[in-house]
Amino acid sequence: MECENKVVLTMRHISKNFPGVVALSNVDFTLRAGEIHALMGENGAGKSTLIKVLTGVEEFEAGEIRVIDKKEPIINKSPHEAQENGISTVYQEVNLCPNLTVAENLFIGREPMKRGMIDWKTMNKKSKELLMNLDIDIDVAMALENYSLAIQQMIAIARAVDMSARVLILDEPTSSLDDNEVEKLFQLMRHLKSKGVGIIFVTHFLEQVYEVCDRITVLRNGSLVGEFEVGKLPRVQLVAKMMGKDFDDLASIKKSSGNQAAASGEVLISAKQLSHSGTIKPFDLDIHKGEVIGLTGLLGSGRSELARTIYGADRADTGELQVKGKKVLFGAPIDAMKAGMGYLPENRKEEGIIADLSVRENIIIALQAKRGMFRLLSRKEQEEFTDKYIGLLKIKTSDREVPIRQLSGGNQQKVILGRWLLNNPDFLILDEPTRGIDVGTKAEIQKLVVQLAQEGMAVMFISSEIEEMLRTCSRMVVLRDRCMVGELQEEQLGQDSIMRAIAGGAVNE
Amino acid sequence: MSRIKNVIIKITGYRLFLPLLCLAIVLLVNIIKTPSFFEITIKNGVFYGYIVDIINRSSELVILSIGMTLVVAASGGTDISVGAVSAVSGAVAIFILGGGQTSTDFYHAPYLLGVLAAIGVGALLGAWNGFLVAKMRIQPMVATLILYTAGRGIAQLITKGQILYLRVDHFKQLGGFIPGIPLPTPVFVAILCILVTMLLLKKTALGLYVQTVGINSRAARLVGLNSTMIKFLTYTFCGLCSGIAGMIITSRVYSIDANNAGLNIELDAILAVALGGNSLGGGKFSLLGSVIGAVTIQALTTTLYAMKVSADQLYVYKAIVVILIVALQSSELKRMLRNLRGRSQVTQTGKEVA
Repeated sequence: MECENKVVLTMRHISKNFPGVVALSNVDFTLRAGEIHALMGENGAGKSTLIKVLTGVEEFEAGEIRVIDKKEPIINKSPHEAQENGISTVYQEVNLCPNLTVAENLFIGREPMKRGMIDWKTMNKKSKELLMNLDIDIDVAMALENYSLAIQQMIAIARAVDMSARVLILDEPTSSLDDNEVEKLFQLMRHLKSKGVGIIFVTHFLEQVYEVCDRITVLRNGSLVGEFEVGKLPRVQLVAKMMGKDFDDLASIKKSSGNQAAASGEVLISAKQLSHSGTIKPFDLDIHKGEVIGLTGLLGSGRSELARTIYGADRADTGELQVKGKKVLFGAPIDAMKAGMGYLPENRKEEGIIADLSVRENIIIALQAKRGMFRLLSRKEQEEFTDKYIGLLKIKTSDREVPIRQLSGGNQQKVILGRWLLNNPDFLILDEPTRGIDVGTKAEIQKLVVQLAQEGMAVMFISSEIEEMLRTCSRMVVLRDRCMVGELQEEQLGQDSIMRAIAGGAVNE
Repeated sequence: MSRIKNVIIKITGYRLFLPLLCLAIVLLVNIIKTPSFFEITIKNGVFYGYIVDIINRSSELVILSIGMTLVVAASGGTDISVGAVSAVSGAVAIFILGGGQTSTDFYHAPYLLGVLAAIGVGALLGAWNGFLVAKMRIQPMVATLILYTAGRGIAQLITKGQILYLRVDHFKQLGGFIPGIPLPTPVFVAILCILVTMLLLKKTALGLYVQTVGINSRAARLVGLNSTMIKFLTYTFCGLCSGIAGMIITSRVYSIDANNAGLNIELDAILAVALGGNSLGGGKFSLLGSVIGAVTIQALTTTLYAMKVSADQLYVYKAIVVILIVALQSSELKRMLRNLRGRSQVTQTGKEVA
């Protein structure tokens, strides 16, 4: 029968280290002909490293890769070599030239030649055939940019498959597609599957995995969790495996009570049908004084996007936001800051630190921005503030004038925390404040969050680690597929209920 | 306290070390080749000599490089229209003061009005550049290319295609000497510009804002800065500097030649910023570095003249020296040198690992 498929690709005992980090440790992966195989895992699980090792973007230290028609194990030195071995990749961003025609894009670098010139006629004819084979009916002489992103992606796939058809890797192909386009893409994937192509599908959309995939391989922290058949792995178990808790062993951890300041009930911020198109669907949310509200959901579920929309980092398209009962309209983050908000962004390097500036400048910059250009903080004030937060947050730096880029990740994060604490906000958003930080610093930051809430600050806490959220949050908002899908009150909080909610089961009420 | 002071001295010393070294080398060559280079004589109550000439002639460039430094720092791009904007400012000044006549020997309007109009027009054109770059998000080079080409056309429109002369002794003073003062006036103007800008950077948060926007404009927005406004301001300021430089250029020759006033000076201004050890990619900057860079360029020109290099060959020699200076400061060269030195060791350890 067809399902007794040949194995087209095996990866055995793959290990890969980055300086100071084990990116992959002893990972196995098997792909069969004619299957769609989901590769899943949270941030930093090793998905992309595995793909990079397979396609020759990164080298690996140990293990072997075999493909079906080669006797010897292969080591790909470059994506080009991988392609010659029958492994092609299509990335989320289409790597084609929008101003060239579809046919040119399909045959670029391998144009059919006639007497030293490009044979346009043959090229267009072959392109047409190639696309018709995949049930894509478009004019190949038109420039690529005339077509939707979905079609462009399919053309990229067609090109990849035509060049080498054994293994096709789709890296987050659906992230920027709408539902109809996703459906079209799935049709194409099923079509390729029936032709015997093995497809590796990297995604973080659970629904899509269950719709189109045959098998799932789950990675966590660079190790293999296991390979599962889709039909035999319920969603909630998949989430548990990705998050690192074996569902059966989960005992609800009740928080030590009294740790949380009881929310005073006073509503500080109230969002009604707030949304930002393309990143977060309309949501209603009330945030009270003195509470730590957690946002949870898988990567890409809209956690950060919800926070960014409240802060005005992404300007809201619809809905209304009230701060202390007053309607506000944020055109830019400065408006949110003046309304008493602070925002520690998820991406420390790109949005948090100002790398070449000193620790002192990085700490005072937000307060200085709020005061305006002509009310410069005196050098003495700047130094006092800096020293205060270096002491309070135990920032390890040899001097306050050291450029922040020379600090370790955890200390950089503390500097940015200090930057916002100096502003004394009523509402502080912390997006992945403990990512990439050592355990000790993590605990310090968690303690600080709880303490700030006790002092009356409202804190929004976003983290991929559920345990950390359980320790700090008094209430949680669950997001799935860019939509706020539910809320869990303090007494409902527990690993199992959270995972159930993330996976799409009903929230226990 | 003294430790902090030491650190500060160390940092500024480090930053300005190479630019100063370059200037020193250029001057050193003169000690050997032209011993009379450092002589300063007094004629008619004013100082004469190559050194005075360098400081005098570099004034416009110094002023332009101040504006250019801020533009580069905030936007990571350059304003190539400064020369043309200077020409427009000069044309406006002479048009107003000379009443639009081809040649005249008395003011047709108050001097102050002419000066303010020139500087105002410079700032206005700078604001236009700023609007294109900051608000419309056009690449700086392309945005300022518009005035680079159109600017001289505008100046021609004002002068009706003619060279306008303003033969008033008072008008010549800005580019020459004020009676009783032994140093050329442009030097004082340049120093004033440096001082005012440094004061602005020291007493307001402008410098911090500009650097923050230049280093990481996304983070800048999230900490509440208006990147658009800050970039706009730097271009406007650069235009204002061009206006002042335009006034000096015009005053030196008490006339405006729309085709030649400030010709190619934008390239020297950009070079001055680079020679000052500033990254053309934006971010942290040193105003003094740019000033030193500007003086270095003028010192180089004067040196070559002193060595009797003819004006038409000057550019070749200048280019060679500039290549050397820029190469000396490039981090890539430093890396290559380090690699050369370290190669033998690296290959050895590499083998051990394998």
